[in-house]
Amino acid sequence: MSDKPEKADQLQGDPWVSLKNFTAARIAIGRVGSSIPLRQMLNFKLAHAHARDAVYSKLDIDALSDALEEFNLPVYQLHSRAINREKYLTRPDYGRRLDETSVEALRDQVPVTISLVIADGLSAAAVNQYAVELLRLLIPKLVAANTGTLNISLAEQGRVAIADEIGQYFDAELSVILVGERPGLTAPDSMSAYLTYKPRVGLTDESRNCISNIRPDGLDIRPAADKLFYLISESLKRKLSGVELKDRHGLLSS
Amino acid sequence: MAYRHTIKGKVYKFDDLRTLLAKASPYRSGDVLAGLNADSYEHRICAQMTLADVPLKNFLSEALIPYEEDEITRLIIDTHSAAAFDVISHLTVGGLRDWLLSDDVDGAVLTTLAPGFTPEIVAAVSKLMSNQDLIAVAKKCEVVTRFRNTIGLKGHFSTRLQPNHPTDDVKGIAASIIDGLLYGSGDAVIGINPATDSPAAVNSLLELIDYLRRQFDIPTQSCVLCHVTTTIGLINKNAPVDLTFQSIGGTERTNASFGVNLALLEEAYQATLSLNRGSVGNNVMYFETGQGSSLSADAHYGVDQQTCEVRAYAVARRFNPLLVNTVVGFIGPEYLYDGKQIIRAALEDHCCGKLLGLPMGVDVCYTNHAEADQDDMDNLLTLLGVAGCNFVMGIPGSDDIMLNYQSTSFHDALYLRKVLGLKPAPEFEQWLIKQGIFNQSGQLNHHHNPAKLLKAINYER
Repeated sequence: MSDKPEKADQLQGDPWVSLKNFTAARIAIGRVGSSIPLRQMLNFKLAHAHARDAVYSKLDIDALSDALEEFNLPVYQLHSRAINREKYLTRPDYGRRLDETSVEALRDQVPVTISLVIADGLSAAAVNQYAVELLRLLIPKLVAANTGTLNISLAEQGRVAIADEIGQYFDAELSVILVGERPGLTAPDSMSAYLTYKPRVGLTDESRNCISNIRPDGLDIRPAADKLFYLISESLKRKLSGVELKDRHGLLSS
Repeated sequence: MAYRHTIKGKVYKFDDLRTLLAKASPYRSGDVLAGLNADSYEHRICAQMTLADVPLKNFLSEALIPYEEDEITRLIIDTHSAAAFDVISHLTVGGLRDWLLSDDVDGAVLTTLAPGFTPEIVAAVSKLMSNQDLIAVAKKCEVVTRFRNTIGLKGHFSTRLQPNHPTDDVKGIAASIIDGLLYGSGDAVIGINPATDSPAAVNSLLELIDYLRRQFDIPTQSCVLCHVTTTIGLINKNAPVDLTFQSIGGTERTNASFGVNLALLEEAYQATLSLNRGSVGNNVMYFETGQGSSLSADAHYGVDQQTCEVRAYAVARRFNPLLVNTVVGFIGPEYLYDGKQIIRAALEDHCCGKLLGLPMGVDVCYTNHAEADQDDMDNLLTLLGVAGCNFVMGIPGSDDIMLNYQSTSFHDALYLRKVLGLKPAPEFEQWLIKQGIFNQSGQLNHHHNPAKLLKAINYER
């Protein structure tokens, strides 16, 4: 009997579990020998699995297109030059530009005031879940405030800057892109919104404003929509975006 | 000058050393992104064969980035020791590889030789070395540095305790520091990446670590990894700065993208030295580097990413650092795509840094969009332990909740020490034993009562 290992003997807990109240870091996880206990290791691997699945999740074009019908706006289905995820990951330049078919589709389109873009980024799972929900809150505000004409583009394998090219084809005053963030172990489904005044190819991050960590356990969808509406209004009024467009909305600093 | 090689009647021509080095580089996504990689497997090996026959002397006369345009090139050439180089001046790059592996060459020889190496020579020879060679040669080197303890001695292996928090919450950071200390981590440095670069926030973190260090008489040093200008400002306000941190790159323009140059680093170095806070030595700088930073800053001049990285080490060695950390897997898959590329790059960085006389540590890490996982990190950690790496990171459960990437855990360091028989820095090990955290044989003490250290969470400014 005594030769049989007992689980309780092997696992050494840490008597400072109360410190977990002060941080979300993986402290006081205990040990077996000097190694991480199995349960903790599996929890970690599960978080990583969620993040990896998010990276390889796909923009749900059918579901998104169906849902977007309620807005009665023109919807465009576009694709970046990155033909697949591997190209997306290794060639950031491809993810920032439209492929030829998309460029053809956007020739001679009617100009628009605000070009709304939904792109997968590094987590299609995030935009599949939250993009339409956010637009449901945002679009009525934009319509009520008479901010101008709108259309929506779905961009597969798209990075933030793909909204520059899309906005340029629509001669848009402003582009707003909802895009999946790089998944962390804490959250595989975080969405960002980037706003760029007078979008055109070649702009860089200092030309934009960003609202990040949009998800129910981060910045919730409703305050995110409020903040985005505020930034859009200010950007159109002051005719700029980026570092000069300070966020005075008081909800969060961008 | 141009270099040529013929294989099965096919002539490969390489316009200059810069091109030859790029084509000879083991495959990695960053060089492909920059359009610098070899076109085929044959092309790459042909470049390596060509490189093997290049006399080392050529590297002293052919600058990869013009002397007039780049202060790093000027630094490399102006500080090169012809006397130290004399020993190897007759060799080719291939000859150097064989010589480094020969039994005649030991740590003492390599220490003497370091000022005779240029980054380009070291980068070149590393491209001809297998992973095994990179480990075998690095293992010969011993680079020891000191501040409040002694880091890098043979048979010892240290960790940077990295207690980051997404909002720099002082108690949150204190909790991770206490956890780390109780797991024997933190002899290289207790080093925090702050979420903001504000001097007030940085100062409150410096004061926290300084309090803990004095309260518990811990023989280690602290660092908050803010921009060098922020640190200089804090030094002028008498903040408790032990080490000055800066990210650096291998070209003048890369450093400009980080907001630094050699003169600014010199100013920071002198200011930190003047504080004279070290007890057993005065190595006061902590640098971080990583392959791909020059390409990312559009400042690579057509030089491959590994050679750019080694040029950054020329910047580092100018300032006698306590620690140099290559943050190898942080930059993302467009530069290092998968576990294989990350592992290769880490072994290169470690070996090249050591040959140049630097106290190399490695952030054994990956992001969630890289094709890598914990098993790759286990492999790399073990290889680096065998290679004699000075230090790695220690992060609660491998999960950095501020920077959102995965690095090595406190447990990882204990594993490595156990399987390879490595010890922490001697002064720190004595402290761990005195505290009862480690037993006399250097293992975690099963019956340790952490009560005293746990009281530190009640710290108030």
